[in-house]
Amino acid sequence: MLKVEEQTPVTFSSELLAKFDEIKSRYPEGKQKSALLPLLHLVQAEFLWVPTSAMDQIAAYLNIQPIEVYEVATFYTMYFLKPQGKYALEVCRTGPCCLVGAEKILSHLENKLGVKEGEVTPDGLFSFRGVECLAACGFGPVLQISPEYTFYENLTPESVDKLIEDLKNK
Amino acid sequence: MSRKLLLEHINVPGINTLEVYRQKGGYRAVEKALKTLTPEEVVEEVKKSGLRGRGGAGFPTGMKWSFLAKPEGVARYLVCNADESEPGTFKDRYLMTYIPHALIEGMIVSSFALGAKVSYIYVRGEMMPQIRILEKAIAEAKAAGWLGKNILGTGYDLELYVQPGGGAYICGEETALLESLEGKRGNPRIKPPFPAIAGLYGCPTVVNNVESIAAVVPIINDGGDEYAKIGIGRSTGTKLISASGNLVKPGVYEIELGLPVEEFIYSDEYCGGIANGKRLKATVAGGSSVPVLPANLTLKLANGEPRLMSYESLSEGGFATGTMLGSGGFIAFDEDQCIVRNTWNFSRFYHHESCGQCSPCREGTGWMEKILHKIEHGHGTMDDVDLLWDVQRKIEGNTICPLGDAAAWPVASAIRHFRDEFEWHIKEPVKSQSQNYGLANYATPIEKAPVTEEQ
Repeated sequence: MLKVEEQTPVTFSSELLAKFDEIKSRYPEGKQKSALLPLLHLVQAEFLWVPTSAMDQIAAYLNIQPIEVYEVATFYTMYFLKPQGKYALEVCRTGPCCLVGAEKILSHLENKLGVKEGEVTPDGLFSFRGVECLAACGFGPVLQISPEYTFYENLTPESVDKLIEDLKNK
Repeated sequence: MSRKLLLEHINVPGINTLEVYRQKGGYRAVEKALKTLTPEEVVEEVKKSGLRGRGGAGFPTGMKWSFLAKPEGVARYLVCNADESEPGTFKDRYLMTYIPHALIEGMIVSSFALGAKVSYIYVRGEMMPQIRILEKAIAEAKAAGWLGKNILGTGYDLELYVQPGGGAYICGEETALLESLEGKRGNPRIKPPFPAIAGLYGCPTVVNNVESIAAVVPIINDGGDEYAKIGIGRSTGTKLISASGNLVKPGVYEIELGLPVEEFIYSDEYCGGIANGKRLKATVAGGSSVPVLPANLTLKLANGEPRLMSYESLSEGGFATGTMLGSGGFIAFDEDQCIVRNTWNFSRFYHHESCGQCSPCREGTGWMEKILHKIEHGHGTMDDVDLLWDVQRKIEGNTICPLGDAAAWPVASAIRHFRDEFEWHIKEPVKSQSQNYGLANYATPIEKAPVTEEQ
């Protein structure tokens, strides 16, 4: 369900719309709906999540029904439908990473940040969650940080502490 | 040292740039194919090479290409499947990160062979850094005339685009990938029609894995016959193996197919043995979907012969004593790992990733996760093991796409080979919360069957 808090109105800048146009040009005439996933990523990179009003504007831009955007945004796991921390940490929680300590990293993050999975720290800087396999099993445990999706490998509680401090001081 | 076709230049500084890639012989395959071969001849070379799909299914790539319908006046598409999400598999990420031009060169040659004028590389959305790398490499290639209009003056036009996914394992299934590329939810399509007849936008389409497409480059450079000489039997060429878990040297290795599994795990050229001086308990040889095997059946066939890294040897013995090469995601478990916990973890993965179209998969994966959670956390009963077996049997083969099978196989094989460990969790609900079942007899060597004199 899309709740009221997720209805923050947003405006697309002309730079963002120019990027939309470039992406739309990659597909044949009449197949502009193909641009939907890339456009949602662009919107998320800009606003750090995907508000409903942005989805409605994407629907209008692509000349498709809003429901076609909602069903896609809710199907794929990468689109945040509510605000996240400025740095959204995603830790792989699947088999191979767990063999080398991913569960410890997740519980360490919970203690370090003082919030539960999915919550945002009071300063608005961090949120974290466990995600499924990030295809870096040989370098686990791993985490990525949206919206840039910078990647950190071979994590230890100490390296996570350092990462958090570095991001705070950025 | 075994031959390297894909990763030969991986350590050359700057190999991710067009300039260095060219210095190392890059884009020769494009010149050769476009200037001296017809599209049919390129397809023929790939057929001769015996190359089999590197994404997991192992279907012969040349044959897949030859099924492509070619109706007049209808566009054809090549789509590269770079939605690498199979737990244990990370070879495509590696290839795209370090040698992006190998994929782009393969895409140009393959698109030429198939008559595609527009091709897409569908990369899983989480790999934004790789998407940026590929887009940069494509821009370089285009500026140098390897892409765009009238490539090398041959009259062949090709545009290549990178498409990000949105975070869904199911989009690695080719028809789900096409749905996703069309801007929809990643629900697999019913086949037939196969993508070769009606794929992207209803047009004839070939979907190939990153590694398969990159392998086309050495096949065209050296010839399909030369490629087929590498490997063993119908497992020709080299394969990228993603090694993870409790190994001394996890990472991506290029092997000649036919390498003994024991050598792969223990030799210093590859994984260097089990980390921290522990012993091997079990392996998953081809990504999380393939059956898990105890250490003894990993190293040897049921008859005591050495098991090899090849499509045939890994599946020798069927699911009773064998597994599959799959995508080459090789996960090693040491003696301290718990098979029940890992099976629960994998079931959670499949439950999370089921698209929800088919009831057996949507509901069954959730039930399996719940039952496994119960056993792992000390609340299981003996009936649960049978119930688990029953549920997985009812998923396998009863779904539109193979995700259902992929969810069922790890559970079935875990019960088949590690039933003792499940039962121990049930009989020892308290102890199993703080201790592990350990190695048990899972590494007891399999003796070679005695040779009898009689006929």
